[in-house]
Amino acid sequence: MLSIDCFIKRIPEYARFSFPLLSVLLTGNSGKEEPPLTDFPVPVPKRTMSYDFTHILSQGMYPALLNAVPHGIAVTNRDCKIVAINQTLEVLTGVMSADAQGVYVDFVLRSNIARRGRTFRDVLAGGEPAVIEGDIVSRDRRKIPMRFTITPLQTAEEQTIGLIIVLDDLSAVVHPAGLEGDSDISESIIGHSAKMREVFELIPLMAHTEASILITGETGTGKDKIAEAIHKRSNRGSKPFIKINCGALPEALLESELFGYVKGAFTGATKDKPGMFRLAQGGTLFLTEIGDMPLPLQVKLLSVLDDREFFPLGGERKVQVDVRIIAATHRPLKERVAQGLFREDLFYRLNVLQLHLPPLRERESDIRFLINHFLRFFAERTGGSVKTFSDEALRLLMEYAFPGNIRELRNVVEYCTNICQHQQIGVDDLPKQLLAHARPASRPPLPSSPPSAPKAAEPSRETARDWMSIEKEMIIDTLTQTRGNRSKAAALLGWGRTTLWRKLKIHGLMSPTAPNNEQG
Amino acid sequence: MKILLTIQDTSIAPRFDQATEVMIAEHDGQRLHGEPRTIILPHRSAEELSDLIVKEGVDCVICGGIEESYHKFFTWKKIRVYDGIIGSHAEALQRFLKGQLLSGMILPSAQDG
Repeated sequence: MLSIDCFIKRIPEYARFSFPLLSVLLTGNSGKEEPPLTDFPVPVPKRTMSYDFTHILSQGMYPALLNAVPHGIAVTNRDCKIVAINQTLEVLTGVMSADAQGVYVDFVLRSNIARRGRTFRDVLAGGEPAVIEGDIVSRDRRKIPMRFTITPLQTAEEQTIGLIIVLDDLSAVVHPAGLEGDSDISESIIGHSAKMREVFELIPLMAHTEASILITGETGTGKDKIAEAIHKRSNRGSKPFIKINCGALPEALLESELFGYVKGAFTGATKDKPGMFRLAQGGTLFLTEIGDMPLPLQVKLLSVLDDREFFPLGGERKVQVDVRIIAATHRPLKERVAQGLFREDLFYRLNVLQLHLPPLRERESDIRFLINHFLRFFAERTGGSVKTFSDEALRLLMEYAFPGNIRELRNVVEYCTNICQHQQIGVDDLPKQLLAHARPASRPPLPSSPPSAPKAAEPSRETARDWMSIEKEMIIDTLTQTRGNRSKAAALLGWGRTTLWRKLKIHGLMSPTAPNNEQG
Repeated sequence: MKILLTIQDTSIAPRFDQATEVMIAEHDGQRLHGEPRTIILPHRSAEELSDLIVKEGVDCVICGGIEESYHKFFTWKKIRVYDGIIGSHAEALQRFLKGQLLSGMILPSAQDG
């Protein structure tokens, strides 16, 4: 049971405001002539006992009192209707104190603890304070974890006249961001930038629907991880998640992989093969690199998506499937539709829900975080201590564009942790191609000279010549690193295989006997 | 056109994700067509409620506090959202039909009762 003077005694627990202010509240005077209040229990003057709650409010001092406390505070009457809220709560809820007066506290707080107001009524009836953890939805539509301290307000005659509700923001102690739940997935998808937060917010929503999803984003942005996260969080989470790369297999093989075949369908088909669609029954089929799927197969896929049934190769009986499709591509599908390389109807069929993953260069605030994560990861894997980057090396990493996105960043960190023999990774330990990219940034500025056209043109030719040699060197380095595997080299460089093939030709790096079948 | 209001007794429910009751009304932009119907939800779930809204073909939602992700989802689905509304659902609906409803509005009926 808390009487009004006890309430006043308790106020310093919520905040450290000035004693004169308390004195004013207690006495209704300026406070200067009152003896300073030094310690608990507060020596409350006898006449204060006659002050009831309404009287205190009528002093006109309560706004200053409430606003001095750095927590959200709501004061209600016996009907749980707002009498006053402080500025902190005004900011949180977007409701001004004057507008909130007379409104049920439940509607202003927008908390998840109210239970249609029962929580507050129980405290009023029981007379005992309650501390409950929950959350509110703020004016900017954020769910903020809060600790609610609900205390009944009583007069000296122990008559309950209302409630004081103090909201303590727990955001700092509760996990702030990222993908919650499914610890293995949440650990593998990292991001605190605004763009990734948006993605994280969409994942549960997308998981809950049955519609097809198209995930777009550059190579190395984590499309596979996101697809798996959506699957795990969906109702199909306990069912299979089957991934197939549409760009990795020739048309005939991809068709048999997707739809399966029956024994005797073709030479070598010695037994029935169920195919990915049937293996994913009840679960999710993840079609990665959908932009590279051959046109004839696109027709068949569209038909399966529409009818939920298909004939396996050589089969005479239709197979019905219940599979959710998540497709991903790094290619601009709309452009491919315009070029006639991708069916428009399939594009619209897949593009029911679209999720775009931002490239790493648009997630600057995440780079440092990811670097630390990978440093810890590789230290754990090798059983060594966690290494750090020197300031200069870190600056170069932050300036680098990472065309291969997170995959490239991970490879860079792995390279450095393996190459560096010291505890601190320096500039010399960074991969050469990264240094080549970063060199212009670290180069001292050119001395200023009067602008003249011929002189201005010269450095640009210089840069172009430099760049060609740098690019050539970079390609050679990467191909050496991948032992001549062009697909891997292209992925590391963040290019398509065709781009790499073209650049190999430009730089005269194609061997005369090399087959010309690298396109696509 | 369909409008959905998340309700709690006679009021707009304080929070979208805590709502267990919704009212769906059909209208032509100025007046209601028929009686609004009330649906009791099996449990509190913003995701299931979002599903219901999409499946029902609702084009406008009136609710209390709503998280940004759901607000974005509806905007993306071309569903208009009036959020942060405090007051009776009847008044909210009336104001909506008159084109006088704004997000974050505390209606006079909020102080009644």
